[in-house]
Amino acid sequence: MTGAEDFSAAGELVCPAGTPAALRTAVEAGADTVYCGLRNATNARNFPGLNFTPEELQASVAFAHARGAKVLLAVNTYPPAGQLALWHEAAAIGMRAGVDAFIVADMGVARHIAETWPRARLHLSVQAAASSPEAIRYYCTHFGVRRVVLPRILTIPEIRAIRREIPCEIETFVFGNHGLMVEGRCSLTNWLTGQSTNLDGVCSPAAEVTFERADDGTMRSCLSGFTIDRFAAGETAGYPTICKGRYAAPHRPEGYYAFEEPVSLNLGRLLPELMAAGVHAFKIEGRQRSKSYVRQVVGAFRRAVDSIRSGHDPDLADLVALTEGQKETQGAFQTKKWR
Amino acid sequence: MTATKTLAPIPFPPLLPVGLVCTVLRPVLDRIVRRIAARHPEIFARVAPYERSDFVIVPQELPFALHLRPDPEAPLLRAVPRNRLPPHEARIEGRFLLLLSLVDGESDGDAAFFSRDLTISGNTEAVVSLRNALDDMDGSVAQEAADLFGPPGRAILAALRRRSGRQ
Repeated sequence: MTGAEDFSAAGELVCPAGTPAALRTAVEAGADTVYCGLRNATNARNFPGLNFTPEELQASVAFAHARGAKVLLAVNTYPPAGQLALWHEAAAIGMRAGVDAFIVADMGVARHIAETWPRARLHLSVQAAASSPEAIRYYCTHFGVRRVVLPRILTIPEIRAIRREIPCEIETFVFGNHGLMVEGRCSLTNWLTGQSTNLDGVCSPAAEVTFERADDGTMRSCLSGFTIDRFAAGETAGYPTICKGRYAAPHRPEGYYAFEEPVSLNLGRLLPELMAAGVHAFKIEGRQRSKSYVRQVVGAFRRAVDSIRSGHDPDLADLVALTEGQKETQGAFQTKKWR
Repeated sequence: MTATKTLAPIPFPPLLPVGLVCTVLRPVLDRIVRRIAARHPEIFARVAPYERSDFVIVPQELPFALHLRPDPEAPLLRAVPRNRLPPHEARIEGRFLLLLSLVDGESDGDAAFFSRDLTISGNTEAVVSLRNALDDMDGSVAQEAADLFGPPGRAILAALRRRSGRQ
């Protein structure tokens, strides 16, 4: 990795891979870039049975590079104080594998990579929650960050304004899970399970999740024994995360989504505006999803971006069947009034 | 293809004793699981913490379920009557064609869960591990199983795919 390579032109598709097979699927479906993580707490999808061994990463990078695609390694969790070895090792594994960039959130991890491998390319993870020009410039100045993944709390005019004030590329999510909360600062799951996305790479660890189905078809989803939602027979469901839970409160005794709703982001119709606003790369969420999801979503966005580049309207297939709760939103990108 | 509630049902001869069906399927399923284990040893690493665990996979419209133990040394896949399920770590339930579509790499498990077409119970971590293990192979478990039985196997798979609207 030299860090000096040109990434593709505006509209670069950054696609998820939870397994080597998913990475190959993403590349074959048209991904410009694929992001992935190792099988440990150094990345924010530390799920059972998911992710890459060092050997799998090396082979996958070779596969992607042979087909003109790039690979990003997510090292985007926060090491507990004094326990940096695992994160340093992850960076070394990534360097040996020849990844094209690291996605980082923690300043200590960013500094370690920047000082150890000055030519390594750094992308600032959404987990860093850098949403102002001042914050983003800080990471660019002190750690040489070349791209920021923006939190999903900004409108397109706000993104356009930020673009004018920062010296790095912008990447935005365009599809997938919309569990934004205050990205990188959410501790809800930690509160119940003792583990968190930020420190352990796992929100609602599967070992703590249970689903209980009653004879009348209702389903209760629980985290660490606490009920976080109850779905009527046939009602669409969401991920068993606290932020997507439905709770009764004195003013809403019938229960309501107090934080977020089970809904997925889909910015397919906003792609031209995002490109015009200076967004360099489009990120598809879903390293925890299947090859089938990767094939369908990456393929649809590949065709859409290519249509825009050739001066045509994007032709996005209906992806709602793949969305959480089978509902989609444009979130804050369209309006701050989405909630 | 995505998860859908419109999959056509699988006809099953109601008078065929389910115990007999399970017995007839035993060598077939045993051959399938041993072939997959031999050709894809890497998938067992992803489900290693649960290699001695028992999973039951329940096609809703069939009178039998599948009992899976992903032990790389002694992989087990057998049919068992629905009313005599063995003790199990986790249970996965859905329509047969959806389950086939999932192992065929054509449907997304999360989407099927969101739509409530797929139900899981028991140890969620075991199910997630198994799902990720099966998803990390190029091609399809279903196709490899069909190929094992030559043209008749491929014809049956093609017919099932047609029934689910995928061919």
